[in-house]
Amino acid sequence: MSHTTFPALATARRLPNVWDVVSILCVFAFIAAIAHVTPQTLKPLTGPEAMVVDLAPSHLPAYALRTTLRMFAALAASLLFTFTYATWAAKSRRARLVLVPLLDILQSVPILGFLTFTTVFFMSLFPGRVAGLELAAVFAIFTSQAWNMAFSLYQSLTTIPADLDEATRSFRLTGWQRFWRLEVPFAMPGLVWNMMLSMSGGWFFVVASEAITLGDNNWKLPGIGSYVSVALDQRDIGAVFWAILAMLVVILLYDQLLFRPLVAWSAKFRVELTASAVAEDPWVLKVLRRTHVLRVAGGAIGDFIGGIGSMRLALPRWRAPAAPRPPSRIADGLYLVIVAIVVAAAVWKIVTYVAGNNVGLADVEVAFGYGCITFLRVVVLIALASLIWVPIGVWLGLRPAWAQGVQVLAQFLAAFPANLLFPIFVVVIVRYHLTPDIWLTPLMILGTQWYILFNVIAGASAFPGDLQEAAKNFRVGGLLWWRKVILPGIFPYFVTGAITASGGSWNAAIVAEVASWGNDKLVAHGLGAYIAAATDKGDMPRVVLGVVVMSMFVLIFNRAFWRPLFAYATRRLTL
Amino acid sequence: MDQTATATVLLEARNIRQAYHKDSNADLLVLDGVNMTLKNGEIVGLLGRSGCGKSTLLRIVSGLLLPTAGEVLWHGKPITGPAAGIAMVFQSFALFPWLTVEENVALGLEAQGVARAKRDELIEAALDLIGLGGYASAYPKELSGGMRQRVGLARALVVHPDLLVMDEPFSALDVLTAETLRTDLIDLWSDGKLPVKSILMVTHNIEEAVLMCDRILVIASTPGRVANELRVPFPHPRNRLDPAFRQLVDDIYAVMTRRAPTPTPATTVVPAVDTSFATPLHPVGTNLLAGLLETLAGPPYDGRADLPPLAATLQMEADELLPLGETLHLFNFAVLEEGDLRLTESGSKFVHADTEGRKSLFAAALKAHVPLVAAIRRTLDERWNHRAAAVRFRDELEDHMSPDYAEDTLRTAIAWGRYAELFSYDEEAQQFSLEDVEETTPTI
Repeated sequence: MSHTTFPALATARRLPNVWDVVSILCVFAFIAAIAHVTPQTLKPLTGPEAMVVDLAPSHLPAYALRTTLRMFAALAASLLFTFTYATWAAKSRRARLVLVPLLDILQSVPILGFLTFTTVFFMSLFPGRVAGLELAAVFAIFTSQAWNMAFSLYQSLTTIPADLDEATRSFRLTGWQRFWRLEVPFAMPGLVWNMMLSMSGGWFFVVASEAITLGDNNWKLPGIGSYVSVALDQRDIGAVFWAILAMLVVILLYDQLLFRPLVAWSAKFRVELTASAVAEDPWVLKVLRRTHVLRVAGGAIGDFIGGIGSMRLALPRWRAPAAPRPPSRIADGLYLVIVAIVVAAAVWKIVTYVAGNNVGLADVEVAFGYGCITFLRVVVLIALASLIWVPIGVWLGLRPAWAQGVQVLAQFLAAFPANLLFPIFVVVIVRYHLTPDIWLTPLMILGTQWYILFNVIAGASAFPGDLQEAAKNFRVGGLLWWRKVILPGIFPYFVTGAITASGGSWNAAIVAEVASWGNDKLVAHGLGAYIAAATDKGDMPRVVLGVVVMSMFVLIFNRAFWRPLFAYATRRLTL
Repeated sequence: MDQTATATVLLEARNIRQAYHKDSNADLLVLDGVNMTLKNGEIVGLLGRSGCGKSTLLRIVSGLLLPTAGEVLWHGKPITGPAAGIAMVFQSFALFPWLTVEENVALGLEAQGVARAKRDELIEAALDLIGLGGYASAYPKELSGGMRQRVGLARALVVHPDLLVMDEPFSALDVLTAETLRTDLIDLWSDGKLPVKSILMVTHNIEEAVLMCDRILVIASTPGRVANELRVPFPHPRNRLDPAFRQLVDDIYAVMTRRAPTPTPATTVVPAVDTSFATPLHPVGTNLLAGLLETLAGPPYDGRADLPPLAATLQMEADELLPLGETLHLFNFAVLEEGDLRLTESGSKFVHADTEGRKSLFAAALKAHVPLVAAIRRTLDERWNHRAAAVRFRDELEDHMSPDYAEDTLRTAIAWGRYAELFSYDEEAQQFSLEDVEETTPTI
């Protein structure tokens, strides 16, 4: 991957802050509402351990398949969400005011925190059946995948080149045709790239969502994640290694079979007329394109899909009016009133929920204190990872022969669910009696540090050759070279990677600050451990509190630090 | 600067050879047996077509690139890396976008460890000299192309280099801006205000070379070597309209249209066209070719044009016009000799034909004179399914030229073959076929 598409989160947008507040309140009210429903649904459920997970390696392929299927079910749901939500946000001015900041808040919420109550919620929909648990897992993965995909599509839809837009309108394409002929193809490269990032992120959550403990209930959904959690309970390190191996194989397969071809294919939608240097087609795509039978079959499918896209479907009111009318002020006013009512309801819900569950100011203080500890961890880890990976990334990126291979490897490592590796660390910590507060910390960045590495490599390999020559010609070396030449050059790429890494680390805190090996339980102090402990006890109000506090930390960290940094980097440091 | 014959030698390149390494076959030569010297007080131009290796030579001379064989002596000592006292101006300006004008100019001084006060003094002097006073705190993004290249010049001059090397410094600028910068630079040089001893510049613009240089080395391509050395005897400032100036430009056109693999340049003037399978093809479009033929056939040329005025009328540089002329020559639509382009009989038939007629004339010319296109078509005819993968032709081409050239050549063959309806090409499958073409063209 020689180019880097910045993740949708990173792009700076200027929005009225009122809408942010509206969105925050709505999201938290929603969380509170779900949490409020769940305790009642706990009781009728039948005993734990209904589903047995066998540690024999021969069962692993089947488990791996079930895990992978959950991933793709969630991806399908995410695509559906993306195409509806993002399109709505892009097409409707009023909807945009709420939907866009809402999306921004949603992607700051630590998904693992509300894994527990979504699980219970979905199980209550299908009492006593596996389907509920399956849906809960799929939903957890969905929440880790959907937001950045939706952002990517939204951004593409709002930046359609004016000439192409005018062309489709002058040929009188209907809204439906325009969507499939212009808007979706235009959005495709960014969407595919974000799908890839989403898939990578999703593995972490699929593994975490397969074994859920809430209060006295313990559910296991057959899959690689539950396999590992059983292996931990039974202190079977061999099984852990088998699971890691299975995961490696799965990731290698879907990467080779699905994403390499998809990325190469989506390159044809880039809006450039010049035939730029084309990377070698991945082997799967070659097979698809050069095998006659597959070509014919693919062509038939393509024609069918193309046929759907070219249907002259149109809602009459979607047609552009002959003369642009000023937006109706009455409708705007009505809309604002509705939003205000929803906000009032949200505030009321939050107040009554918090008041009704004896969550006092003291609890908030405790959660905030733990939040600061976890915040410190994230900052230190990002700094350490940067110190290590930036020089290595620069060194590799400036050597094209290495860069290509290592970048692919780093992307691969980023996709690997780091939580599968936790047991190995835990065994070491238990064996040598290390302090959990310090030694559990690296687990948070185990999976996300690779984002820094591969973005830095991408930045260094994209560093212009003439600037390198100029630096060489003026014999700029040593510290001066780092300070004035290469660091500013890779900075936008580094920030992109660091934003992703930092977001991922917050999420990982919930599983990384608590770890167990058989009966040994390691707990570090932090907000993640706070949420995990509350979950264990079935203490919903404190889970909600923890999630809310963590969301606020992530949100403020992003807004106050990463956003301005990224804006500065793109303004000042890009070519 | 007439005392150059006796002036001290600043730089000497001996037997420079640069090869592009290829595993499967013999190395591809970029430069072979290049010798040159640079003396105190002269401006030397390396003139040649794009891809002839002149920029590579410039990088070797300045120590940015180590040659495969041969050596470069700078002040009598061999160069082993970026040399002190040689400062470069880049075609693309190569300004650091995150540094202000002042910081960009300061970079070379900082690398030398010049003290702060001295540095500021030098920077101010350089900015004033080059007309950048008042721009010190601007970022390159805020400047126009001409101003950016002034920053590039100031950055090179501020270190007071003995040798200023410039890699097509004005070719990224519009005509008027380029001319202003050229005259400004030459004025400073003539007045002795430039803190340099000598200038070496690369260009593909013949007039620019004659306007600025004291000596011009014409570089021929594949492999790059010094084909000719010309002395420019005119004093500065030079007048482009002076008949002697025009004559020299004309002579250089003649030198450059003389196809070179002739060991003794004096013997033959008729360009010998290399017709082997692996001749690099110039990536020129069929519309351009047709347009040039029409221009050539119409008044005032009526079938014969002198290249310099033709280039001026078409607003093309020699670098752009020569590949067109050579391609027409290859097709036998026109003859290129001694700086003239003359329409042939088949060329004039092409001009007067309609669209279909032009296509069939073009197809005939391709089959007769472009072995690569003929080979592709022949292969397709022989295959039962009339399909062939592009990769086999690309591999074969890469045995004889660099991958970039092979890619260009293949793309050109594809474009020409498509136009002539000799074959079709599926970009996604990278496959040639005879789909859609069989009924329109007779079999070979």
